[in-house]
Amino acid sequence: MDDAPLLRVRDLVTTFRTDGRTVRAVDGVSFDVPRGATVALVGESGCGKTVTALSILRLVASPPGRIEAGAIDFEGRNLLELADRDIRDVRGNLISMIFQEPMTSLNPVYAVGWQIMEGYRIHKKKSHREGRARAVELLRLVGIAEPETTVDAYPHQLSGGQRQRVMIAMALACEPKVLLADEPTTALDVTIQAQILALLSDLQKKLSMSVLLITHDLGVVAEHASAVVVMYAGRVVERAAVRDLFARPMHPYTRGLLDSIPRAGAAGAAGARRRLRAIEGMVPDLRALPPGCHFADRCPMRIEKCTREEPPLLSVGPGHDSRCWRADEVSA
Amino acid sequence: MSERAGGEGSLFQPPAQPPAKAPGEAGAADAGAQPAGSRTLIATDRVSKYYPVQRGLFASRERFVHAVDGVSIRVRRGETMGLVGESGCGKSTLGRLMLRLVEPTFGRVLFDGSDITHVSQRTLRPLRRRMQIIFQDPYSSLNPRMTVGEIVGEALTIHRLVKTRAEEETRIVELLERVGMRADALNRYPHEFSGGQRQRIGIARALAVEPEFIVCDEPISALDVSIQAQIINLLLELQETMGLAYLFVSHDLAVVQHVSHRVAVMYLGKIVERAPAEQLYREPRHPYTRALLAAAPRPDPERRRVRLVLEGDVPSPIDPPPGCAFHPRCPRAVPGTCDREVPRLEETVEGSGHKVACWNPHTE
Repeated sequence: MDDAPLLRVRDLVTTFRTDGRTVRAVDGVSFDVPRGATVALVGESGCGKTVTALSILRLVASPPGRIEAGAIDFEGRNLLELADRDIRDVRGNLISMIFQEPMTSLNPVYAVGWQIMEGYRIHKKKSHREGRARAVELLRLVGIAEPETTVDAYPHQLSGGQRQRVMIAMALACEPKVLLADEPTTALDVTIQAQILALLSDLQKKLSMSVLLITHDLGVVAEHASAVVVMYAGRVVERAAVRDLFARPMHPYTRGLLDSIPRAGAAGAAGARRRLRAIEGMVPDLRALPPGCHFADRCPMRIEKCTREEPPLLSVGPGHDSRCWRADEVSA
Repeated sequence: MSERAGGEGSLFQPPAQPPAKAPGEAGAADAGAQPAGSRTLIATDRVSKYYPVQRGLFASRERFVHAVDGVSIRVRRGETMGLVGESGCGKSTLGRLMLRLVEPTFGRVLFDGSDITHVSQRTLRPLRRRMQIIFQDPYSSLNPRMTVGEIVGEALTIHRLVKTRAEEETRIVELLERVGMRADALNRYPHEFSGGQRQRIGIARALAVEPEFIVCDEPISALDVSIQAQIINLLLELQETMGLAYLFVSHDLAVVQHVSHRVAVMYLGKIVERAPAEQLYREPRHPYTRALLAAAPRPDPERRRVRLVLEGDVPSPIDPPPGCAFHPRCPRAVPGTCDREVPRLEETVEGSGHKVACWNPHTE
């Protein structure tokens, strides 16, 4: 039983209706999150990574959103088939989420302690006093200097880093088994980002949580994830263990992302001020996707077949899948 | 310390043409090298910007945010000076001070050898042509009610750089093509374009007046990873073909290092270290620079490090800590010195061009 992944996303399709048209924001996405592991979901804005996470907890606003197909297996249950009251019991309790923007995700009119204990009191049926004690404990856990005073502070009285810590405390209140962290450090300065990420991996070990880390930052992926799922225009284009992905990317998009980052360390004098190998063009409009591979028009390895027929996600090595007709040649 | 390397000519002297206009003749092409004939184009001399803080009705004394505090910096012709630091360190304010978009509280700004600190806006106008800015947010920095042609062409009309409508249109198309946009963008509106394309439009607007100096204020931070590299490449190419000087402001040390000849690191309104780009990376002296380098995650899973995590938040710039502003977070702070006296930005080895403001810098 321990070998089975804790969370399995299978063939997830989530659509949005805009201007009378239906857009497939998440289009047949599958991946596993093993127990205690960190899986990174990588991609650029609009690729569907946030919608995937929201779909797991069924938090996609409907309308305009709709989960059309797929299954999300968690501890022997398909979350997509649960009754509303049962999914409520999962949200924030067994699976919780850290949102990207700590400024807009906290309620400005409640003290942070109240917001941290709200879910805990409901899910665990605790009194206000117990809730408050738990909030103080959590604030201490996430490294807030004076938790007894901060518990009564309002969001605007805290710095960005402190607010993000509060968001983490909220997400951890019920000791969830899975944490969905949506760009948890994107809005923060690098030194604060380093603090928060160190804290997250520390807590992950302590609580043996699984983490789905959503990010566009490949540096963060390299340092914190064990497996990576790369998304492009609603599709999974590559899936691999983190070392394999960085050592031997098997999809031209992944390769392009890795090549386009300036690397202060590796470059030195020789690399400085050189042209970067940028990916040409831009992300396609989901309302007007080209036939064939979604990445084809930007792909340096495109062949005629790519514009006609979309490649399936195929195994290219142990635990390594790629959606490319020429996957073998990408890192050759 | 004279920063007046440039000529002493009158303010009304006709603007010099940027050097090396022809492609392929660029002086700044060599990797990591200083641009040839490196004359100072723009400099600040101990420039400060303090903003008053509104206190309660009965505030006993007025207090100030020290956004920029006595900074001297210069940018040579054709050079990229990188300016890196975390939010609130004053890097954007410094860029705006250099353009006199923000008036300094103390200190001077020198452009091409002339003191422009106190000249009137009218006198400044011909100089405005020679310095431009590219903003971080390509969504809010383009007027949504103007077409791309109007946005790019506005400055051409204001500075009377074109005589006829036909000439104006030719010039706008030329500018759009130069930044990698198609001519048919002319009659379209900003909302029809993606973030990366809007940033290209912003760059075309800046180039319209043929400036010599451009402040690039976090020009790629709002863009997707795959687009960031496109814009970096464009900026490098324009610099080589047009001989532009950049102040490249960013929080991302890897990006700054990649595009810059020299880099200055700011913390709470002051420059704490400044060095040739490659040297700053190889031999960072200031503990804060080290912390910044250590904190930036690297895209290499084989090199996961146990890293030095800097504790605490950046202190408030309203009442910066006494002594070195970094001392409360500094792992190398010397009690009795760092918390009392402000370290000066001084050269580590004479003639090295590597300066650090620290009482206890790293030595290797």
